[in-house]
Amino acid sequence: MSEAEATRDGLRNQRPGREARGAAGGPKRRGRRRRGEETVVPDAEFRSYYGRPIIKPPTWKAADIAGYLFLGGLAGSSSLLALGAELTGRPRAARAGKIGGLGAIGLSTVLLIHDLGRPARFANMLRVAKPTSPMSMGSWILMAYGPAAGVAAATDVTGLFPRIGRAATGWAALAGPAVVSYTAVLISDTAIPAWHGAHRELPFVFAGSGAAAASGLVLLAAPRSETAPARTVAVFGAALDLAASRLLERRLGPVVAEPYRTGRGGRLMHAATALTAAGALGAALLAGRSRPAAALAGAALLAGSACTRFGVFAAGVQSATDPKYTIAAQRPAPE
Amino acid sequence: MGRISGPLHDVAGDAGHHDHPPRMGFFTDTSVCIGCKACEVACKEWNAIPEDGLTFTGMSYDNTQGLSADTWRHVAFIEQRRPVEPPEDYAGVDVLGMAADGAAADFRWLMASDVCKHCTHAACLDVCPTGALFRTEFGTVVVQEDVCNGCGYCVPACPYGVIDQRKDDGRAWKCTMCYDRIGDGLEPACAKACPTESIQFGPLDELRERAAARVERLHADGVPEARLYGADPDDGVGGDGAFFLLLDEPEVYGLPPAPVVTTRDLPSMWRHAGAAALTLIGGVTAAYLAGRKR
Repeated sequence: MSEAEATRDGLRNQRPGREARGAAGGPKRRGRRRRGEETVVPDAEFRSYYGRPIIKPPTWKAADIAGYLFLGGLAGSSSLLALGAELTGRPRAARAGKIGGLGAIGLSTVLLIHDLGRPARFANMLRVAKPTSPMSMGSWILMAYGPAAGVAAATDVTGLFPRIGRAATGWAALAGPAVVSYTAVLISDTAIPAWHGAHRELPFVFAGSGAAAASGLVLLAAPRSETAPARTVAVFGAALDLAASRLLERRLGPVVAEPYRTGRGGRLMHAATALTAAGALGAALLAGRSRPAAALAGAALLAGSACTRFGVFAAGVQSATDPKYTIAAQRPAPE
Repeated sequence: MGRISGPLHDVAGDAGHHDHPPRMGFFTDTSVCIGCKACEVACKEWNAIPEDGLTFTGMSYDNTQGLSADTWRHVAFIEQRRPVEPPEDYAGVDVLGMAADGAAADFRWLMASDVCKHCTHAACLDVCPTGALFRTEFGTVVVQEDVCNGCGYCVPACPYGVIDQRKDDGRAWKCTMCYDRIGDGLEPACAKACPTESIQFGPLDELRERAAARVERLHADGVPEARLYGADPDDGVGGDGAFFLLLDEPEVYGLPPAPVVTTRDLPSMWRHAGAAALTLIGGVTAAYLAGRKR
């Protein structure tokens, strides 16, 4: 055995001491000591395995799943607005909501099946009804909602079976809000710190964002004479979305909330805030007076809602990819 | 379905198995791991797992990088600069390693073979929408490849980042604790191949006793940093079916310091989602009621 020249830098002629029973230095636990004293931001001090992520980021494609979060929210809320419009004698706004609901949920279904690793096995989703799996519950929620949304839209457009149409409209309006808010449970029920830690606020963000999107659709598609309540919904939805988003970031704390403020997630969330706020202001102040202004406000609300969903999705991916978020969420800084 | 969090004595029974064998597990004692990777090889061979890239990472001797759909045992290599003092009693110690300059070196190498934890409360199993993931009679967690439709929900649900989707195949894959072997009275391939008994397979109760004794022994021998990871039934996942003896903080090995099964908070999630749905209904109803009066 020769001298160990080819060791790591600094070892020179020493042989690396092999870890053997009893050979480890007792009192000197440098790493731990230092970590125990860390302050608010553990960034500089945290240790990891070569910086590799501790958890796996979702394999979901953003276009499919973030797209579904947006479209599902739009669909469910649109059905609710459709019922309101129908009951208050606003048939064109009601039709916009019904067609919007069907279109959005139809596209959602395509995206969801497309995202499966084995799309041909999509029917396996209905093999069981499993309360511990939000995706299983969601599949059944979609089963309850989708056909009703379809019947509501078809009867409205064709004018056939008005009583069945009214029942379907009511049923879709009841199931719709479940479609909107369950998607928050879907992503919160993961190990991803930016999602799991936000499980109390995310449903409200999604509910507000969905309401804003649906009101935007009605503003785009219905005449001004029928959009007064939708303009109120726009303000309500935007306020709920933005307020819940602020609470969410505060709940997560400076480190874990970082993906909502920086990088791709941060850019999308900032865009979402600007678009949603501008859309709501436009809806409240201008949309009642001018059709182009209404259309513009509606488009901003829809775009804002999409940015929120893609932003939340991107923040989750970012949160899973850096081990510091996992560690920060599990080892809160000592007071 | 049984309990979603907290200690659970009869895991297989809770999942509906009657007259089942004892819960089986792995105890991976990293203090005797020599980094030979025989476990990785044996696992790949026995389970016929496809090759997943031959890369050079520069991460010490670890070119495997981590657990994945195609890596069910992963040996981590950690190089640490720290004083290693020679023991008082040289019996059973590799003296050649110490003898080069007769005194302390300032380097130590940690090696650890990671694997699926087969949690008492397994998030992957909880969230699986098709029932492809199931609890076996041995208390382990296994994917049925003929049922999995590749939804990918288990992947971000796992608090340890173990299970993953195989790209060209679309389905989720992970360690089965060699379900086919243990059902036949054999030990899993990795444990069988391990030359130092760093990987021990057996009834979980026995392994926990053995592990506690091992930690005591190491503490008595002057290794105060030896600690068990995943052995506590009161932890966030109800204890692991595959647990470890570590010589540093878990995150140094790429393990989460305090993992929690995400479904522990599921009741709270549904409550908040319900409240949000009602808020949505309330807000929209109010808007249309106000609109009607005009």
